[in-house]
Amino acid sequence: MIVNEKVAVDHGLKKDEYAKICELLKRTPNITELGIFSAMWNEHCSYKSSRLHLKNLPTKGKKVIQGPGENAGVIDIEDNDAIVFKIESHNHPSFIEPYQGAATGVGGIMRDVFTMGARPIANLNSIHFGSPQHKKTKNLLRGVVHGIGGYGNCMGVPTIAGQTTFDSSYNGNILVNAMTLGLVKKDKIFYSKAAGLNKPVIYVGSKTGRDGIHGASMASASFDEKIEEKKPTVQVGDPFTEKLLLEACLELMAGDSIIAIQDMGAAGLTSSSIEMASKGNLGIEINLNKVPCREAKMTPYEIMLSESQERMLIVLENGKEEHAKKIFDKWNLDFAVIGKTTKSKKIELYFDEEKVADIPVNTLVENSPMYNRKWKKAKLPKKNKIKKEDIKHLKIIDVLKKILGNPNVCSKEWIWQQYDHTVMGDTIQKPGGDAGVVKVHGTDKAVAASVDSSAVYCWAHPLTGGKQVVCESFRNLIAVGAKPVAITNCLNFGSPENDENMGEFVECVQGIGEASEYLKFPVVSGNVSFYNQTKDEGIKPTPAIGGVGLIKDYKNMITMEFKELDNLVLVIGKTEGHIDQSLFARNILDEKNGPPPEVNLFNEKNNGETLLKLIDNNLIKSAHDVSLGGIITAVSKMCIKGKKGINIKKPKFLINEIEYLFAEDQGRYIIEINKKNFKKVADILNKNAVHFDELGTIIENELYINEKTKVTIDELSTSNKSWLVNYMSK
Amino acid sequence: MKSSVITFPGSNCDRDMDVALKKFGFKNKMVWHADAELPKSDLVVLPGGFSYGDYLRCGSMASKSKIMQSVINFANSGGMVMGICNGFQILVESGLVPGVLLRNKYLEFICKNVFVKINDKQNKYFKNVNNEVLEFHIAHNEGNYFCTQDQLKEIEDNNQIAINYCDENGKIEDQFNPNGSIKNIAGIFNKEKNVLGMMPHPERMIDTSLSGEDGSLFFKNLINNLK
Repeated sequence: MIVNEKVAVDHGLKKDEYAKICELLKRTPNITELGIFSAMWNEHCSYKSSRLHLKNLPTKGKKVIQGPGENAGVIDIEDNDAIVFKIESHNHPSFIEPYQGAATGVGGIMRDVFTMGARPIANLNSIHFGSPQHKKTKNLLRGVVHGIGGYGNCMGVPTIAGQTTFDSSYNGNILVNAMTLGLVKKDKIFYSKAAGLNKPVIYVGSKTGRDGIHGASMASASFDEKIEEKKPTVQVGDPFTEKLLLEACLELMAGDSIIAIQDMGAAGLTSSSIEMASKGNLGIEINLNKVPCREAKMTPYEIMLSESQERMLIVLENGKEEHAKKIFDKWNLDFAVIGKTTKSKKIELYFDEEKVADIPVNTLVENSPMYNRKWKKAKLPKKNKIKKEDIKHLKIIDVLKKILGNPNVCSKEWIWQQYDHTVMGDTIQKPGGDAGVVKVHGTDKAVAASVDSSAVYCWAHPLTGGKQVVCESFRNLIAVGAKPVAITNCLNFGSPENDENMGEFVECVQGIGEASEYLKFPVVSGNVSFYNQTKDEGIKPTPAIGGVGLIKDYKNMITMEFKELDNLVLVIGKTEGHIDQSLFARNILDEKNGPPPEVNLFNEKNNGETLLKLIDNNLIKSAHDVSLGGIITAVSKMCIKGKKGINIKKPKFLINEIEYLFAEDQGRYIIEINKKNFKKVADILNKNAVHFDELGTIIENELYINEKTKVTIDELSTSNKSWLVNYMSK
Repeated sequence: MKSSVITFPGSNCDRDMDVALKKFGFKNKMVWHADAELPKSDLVVLPGGFSYGDYLRCGSMASKSKIMQSVINFANSGGMVMGICNGFQILVESGLVPGVLLRNKYLEFICKNVFVKINDKQNKYFKNVNNEVLEFHIAHNEGNYFCTQDQLKEIEDNNQIAINYCDENGKIEDQFNPNGSIKNIAGIFNKEKNVLGMMPHPERMIDTSLSGEDGSLFFKNLINNLK
C-alpha cells in the first residue's frame, strides 16, 4: 500500500504530524512504519495535549518509590512491603462493547500491576453512565458490571470498592475506569527499562490475533453516528489466560532471569517494545515471523498494531531462556524468543527475511508531538440566594427519602454483589463503606483504597472541583482509619481541541496538584482519557482520584455503621450551609447554577489529621465522611448500615435547618463516640481548633428530629436500596 | 492431620484454603493438577476458582485432569474429599456426587453472606457441630443445584443433603435461596458421606475481621472429627 498524506490522516494523524514523520525519517514511511507512528503518536499513548500540564503535578514524597512513567506507581508501606497501584480508563471500548470493553479494562490494569512484580490484591472501579432514562443506559450498565465481574472474579482478585454515577452528559460516552493495587517486596520490583546488548527479547502469553487493531487510535477520537462500526477495534478478554500469565510471571520473577518486563497494552507490541528500548536507550530487533499468531497470514502491520490481550514482552538475561520456557510451558502459555536488544537505538523489524520497519526510537518517543493547546479559564459562578418560599413547603423526611433514592446516592449493592469482594481472604472492609480495606497478607497491616470523582463540582468550577476530589479521597481514607499515602488519577475529559474542554482539563489538574501538594498526597500514577465526546458534546469533566492509605494495625480500622445505643454523634468541621451544586439544589430545587462548595485545604488537613488522632486514641466507634446530600444523608447511611436510629438535637444553627442538613460544605465527618469520652474528644478537637457540632444520640430504629419530623430506619433503608434493584429488573 | 489442596489451572481459592487448613492445625500440601499421585492425606480439598476458565462447563475439564483419577480412587476407598464452589462443580462433573450445577437463577454472579442449615450430622464433616445454622459466604455464578426427581428421591432417602440455604433461624424457604437450587440445596454428600461438595466458602469465614467466624467453627470441628 502506498503511503501518502491521506493514508496518514485516515490513521488519525494530522497533516503536519505526517510531514514531521517524513522529515524525521528523511523519507516516506512504509505502511507498517506509519501504523507504528500512528499508534505511538495518538493522544492515548503520547499524552501530546496533556504532558505539558501533567508535569506540574506533585509526584514525590517520602513514601514514593516510583512515580509516574512506569507501568504503575509504587509506595512504601514499611517492613520491605510496597504497594503498586494505578487507575486506567477503558471508556471508548466500553461504550462500543460494554462487556469486553470493561473486562479488558480490568485485565489491562491488573497486568500493569503484576508486570512490576506485584500480586494484585484489590480492584476498584469508577463507572459513569448516562441518564437512567436514556435507552442505552441499562444495557451498558449491565454489560459493564458483568464485564468487570467476569474478569476480576475469574482472576481471583477481590473488587473492594467503587463508584457509580449517572448523568446525561455521559449519554453518548460512558466512563469505565479500573484501578488495581498489588503487593510486592520492595527489593523485588520489576521495571520496564531494558539494559545490556544482545539480550533475548521474549514474547509470552496469548497468541496475537487481529483484535483491537487501532484500539488506541479509536480511544483518541470523538464518537459520531458510525461508532458501532468500530466494534472490531475492541479487544476480547480471556481472564483465564491472564490468571495463568500472572502465576507464570510471578514464578519467573521469583528468580533473577528478568532484566525488563512490559505488558502489551494499548498499541500492543509496538508500544511495549519501543518503551523498553527507549527507557534503556537501546535498540530492539524483532523477527515478526517468530511472534505466535492466532490467525494465518497476519501482516507485519497487523502484528505490530494488534491489541490482543494477555501478552507480555520480557528482556531476559542470556542463558535463561530454557529456565523461563519451562515455567511458561508448565502454565500452558506461548513462549517465543522473538528478537534481541541492539545498540542501534532503532526499532528494526524483519518479516519473511525482509526488513519491514526501521525507525529511530527517539523519533517515536522524545520527538513525539507535544501541544500547548488553547484553553479557557473558567469563572467562578455567582452564588445563588435561596429564597425562603422555595424551601418553606419542603418536608425534611420527604426530601431525605428522595435523596437517599437518588441514582447517585442510592445503595449500589446490586452492582458490588456481582463482584467477588472476599476472595484472597483478606477483605476486612467490603464495598459500601467509605473505602475498601484489605489486610496485607500475613501481617497486621492493612491497606485502604477508595475511588472518587465529582463531575458536577468540576463542571461548575474546574479548579475547585479538582481540589475537592483529592480532598474527598483523603477524607474517605481517614474515615476508615487509614493514613492517606498517595493517589493515582484518571483524567476523563472531552476534546482537547476545544478550548473550554481543554480549560477544564488544565484547571482540574491545577486543582488536583494544589490539593495533593498541600495534603502531602502525591500523584504516583495515572492516565488521561480525552475525546470523551460525541460530535460536539463532551462529558462533564470527570477526573477520578484513586487514593491509597495505610492502617498500621488492622484492628484499628473504622467502619461507618452506628454501633451502640446512647452513643453520641458529632459533626466534625464547620457547616456554612453551602447549597449551590449540592444534590439538594440540583434535584430538589432544580437549580443547576452556582459555585461548588469551597475547599479550604487547611481545614481539610487539620480536620482529617485530628480525626486520625482520635482514632489512634481509640475514641471513635464509627465515622463517615459527609459528601453528597449533606449531614442528614451521611447520618442516614450510618443508621441504615448499623440498623440503629438517631435522635437529632437541633444544634444552635445560625442557618436554616434545611441548609444545615443538606449543605455540602467540605472537610466534614460524622463520628460516633461513647458519652463518657465526650470530654476527651472535645478537648482534642478544641486543642486542634477543629469546629464540631453535637448532632445527637443513637437510639433504636428511628431517625427522629421532632414529633412531626421522624421516620423509621426501615423506611429509609427501602428508599436507599430499592432504586437500583427496581431499575435493573424493569 | 494431613491435607492436600489441588491446584488446577485457574484455581483461585487454593491459597485461601491452604491458609485456613493450616490455621486450624492441618499439615497441608499443595498438589499440582498434572501430578499423578496424591500425597498421603486425611483430607483432600478441591478449592474454588475458575479451573480452565470455566470453559466448556464449570469443572468439566478439571474433572479429567491427571490428579483426578487419584482423587477418585481415594474417594472410592473411603478417603475424605471436600469440594468447595468450583471444587463442588468438579465433584459433580467427575460423578463423585450426584446432580449438576446450573447458572444462578437470576443469571448473575452473587457474592454475599448466607445462612445454611445443617441437614445431617451423621458424618465426619458436621458431627459435633453444636449450631444448627451456620453463616457462610458464597461467591459464584453457577451454584444452582439441580438433579432429576429420581436422583432427588435417592438423595433424600439416603440423607445426602448436607446443608440448605435458610434464614438466620434455620427456616428453609424460597426467599432465602440465592441461586435457585432445588430444595435450597447448598451442599451434598455422596452415599457414604466421605465426599462433600458445597457452594459456600468456609475458608472465607475464619476471622471476625473478615466476613465472620462460622468457618472457624467448621474447620475446628472437622479436624477433631478426623483425629
